[in-house]
Amino acid sequence: MEIVRKFRDKKLIEAVSKSIEKVAKKLDYVRIMHVCGTHEHTITFFGLRSLLPDNVELIAGPGCPVCIVPAREVDEAIEIALSGIRVYTYGDMYKVPGTKMSLADARSEGADVKVVYGFNDVVRLHMKDQREAVFFAVGFETTAPTVAALIDRGLIPKGLMILPAFRLTVPIMKYILSDSEIDIDGVICPGHVSAIVGAGAWSFIPRIAKIPAVVAGFEPLDVMLAVLSILEMLLNGKPRLVNEYSRVVSWRGNIIAKRYVQKVFYKADGEWRGIGMVKKSRLLLKSKFKHLNARYRLKISVSEGPDFKPGCRCADIILGKAKPTDCPLFMHGCTPERPQGPCMVSSEGTCSIWAKYGGYERV
Amino acid sequence: MSTDSYTVHPIFFPGGDIGKLAAVGSINDVVVMGARPLAMLDAIVVEEGFPMETLSTIVESMLRILTEEGVALLGGDVKVMPKGGVDEIIITTTCIGVADRVITDSGLVPGDSIVISGTIAEHGATIMALQAGLEVEGELKSDCEPLTRVIEVAKDIEEIHAAKDITRGGLASSLNELAEKSNVTIIVDEEKIPISERVKAYCEMLGIDPLVLASEGRAIIGVPSSRAEELVEELRKAGYEHANVIGRVVKRGKYGVLLETVAGGKRILEKPLGEIVPRIC
Repeated sequence: MEIVRKFRDKKLIEAVSKSIEKVAKKLDYVRIMHVCGTHEHTITFFGLRSLLPDNVELIAGPGCPVCIVPAREVDEAIEIALSGIRVYTYGDMYKVPGTKMSLADARSEGADVKVVYGFNDVVRLHMKDQREAVFFAVGFETTAPTVAALIDRGLIPKGLMILPAFRLTVPIMKYILSDSEIDIDGVICPGHVSAIVGAGAWSFIPRIAKIPAVVAGFEPLDVMLAVLSILEMLLNGKPRLVNEYSRVVSWRGNIIAKRYVQKVFYKADGEWRGIGMVKKSRLLLKSKFKHLNARYRLKISVSEGPDFKPGCRCADIILGKAKPTDCPLFMHGCTPERPQGPCMVSSEGTCSIWAKYGGYERV
Repeated sequence: MSTDSYTVHPIFFPGGDIGKLAAVGSINDVVVMGARPLAMLDAIVVEEGFPMETLSTIVESMLRILTEEGVALLGGDVKVMPKGGVDEIIITTTCIGVADRVITDSGLVPGDSIVISGTIAEHGATIMALQAGLEVEGELKSDCEPLTRVIEVAKDIEEIHAAKDITRGGLASSLNELAEKSNVTIIVDEEKIPISERVKAYCEMLGIDPLVLASEGRAIIGVPSSRAEELVEELRKAGYEHANVIGRVVKRGKYGVLLETVAGGKRILEKPLGEIVPRIC
């Protein structure tokens, strides 16, 4: 807790806030995007937007791995569950709607759905119950290695299959930066993902998009320092990649984790909820592991359907084109108790964070 | 007079059990209204097959609190429901007390300060950690205890404008209720809120905000700012060493409760919404 305390030190944060104000005065309107649900949590929970000058805006990008899984893939998991096979899923995914219902709804119709905290829980529970089951494998670069490591080491117990729905944050960032409609001046790169992929994975941001990027940790001081660093780079006109989170993130990342992922998965073009097809943004099981692949083994077929309810603006919110408060449903019919779109369901979704921690207004 | 039903999982936890909780809960509801609790009625519903010894242990722990507090148990009822009809056990208690002057939860005025009687979230963190399958023995302990003494000390101040016990929904919920009913805005200094290091560590680990976790033996009291320090001092003298002034009351603005965070930022402190689920990453 001691190190945490330093990174929450009010005096230090105030000092950084003052420096930010000084630099921002010399700049026009600045839009900084982060791509991590935990960053949005830190920003809202600690009220950091209230410590920034009016011309500096922090925008939440696609940082929630649950929000961006297409309804179609949720439907696949639901179909498996309704066919009588047990489906393991993360709590955040449990209530996310597919085209017609969520896994939670499927469970109330009698399907066998179990909520887990991680893949190790799945293996442990499966060994105990020994019945045919599927793990709905959702997540970014951070969760994929936990599955890949056990597959590579041949530790998947008999009867357990994987339904991979992993997505990658590096390709989505490339996609966003090439979208001319999205206007961003700097990027706060996700700390957890960077611990795996390495800070170096983001070097394309200053090189190609010519804007500053900072890999940041998750304490308030981390985020404030990242903002200051981005503003300073904007002021001197020299965009670079800075690693603020060097206490955890190295340039090359976790080489062992990356090797596991490369051995087990391959990158494919992937659909993102509300965004569409993004090149090389999805991880699928290599053919030598097809005996573990639920899609191959169970021959599931689901039809196309809408990703969102009418009126829901999750798609724009995920891309940082709109704020939760721009959505007509936000807190009017769409609340954490009765969520309508994925951004309100997941605890890492921007709408849910704003609703729970009063993020909808700078005070 | 106050009535409430109690259900908790697990039914035994460090610092208490469902019996103690049921007695303390309704006593506290009466006590924070400024009353001296006199008598109680109880109704217990158990699931078929619930062990008799366990039931006696629970009832004994309820009676222990009533004896200590001088509250008479006037009568009660026990029912057995078929297996699955109820989850283990539910206890309903009704407590009656007498007050010379009733304290409400709606009397805050601008210029008041909010005093808290002790560290928050002990009960909620204990239960959450147990439900998450964590070992908490010797680490966490529920704060389940009667507030009688706290309110007695406070009453000596004579100028209590409002009081409330912190229960489900935690400090966030109680503050919002006080602000709403009194039609004022409360500005809270997060740094001043007493939270034990252990609770902090567990909350960090589970990704849960301690401000929305339940207490079962803590109160917030609104008094004129000029008397707040005196109340804190008296409470500390009486053994409530973590008592503190945590906020101030101002004219009603757009929002009920504003939080000045430990990081120096400001945000709206919402009533807890949705289920409390640990965050994944």
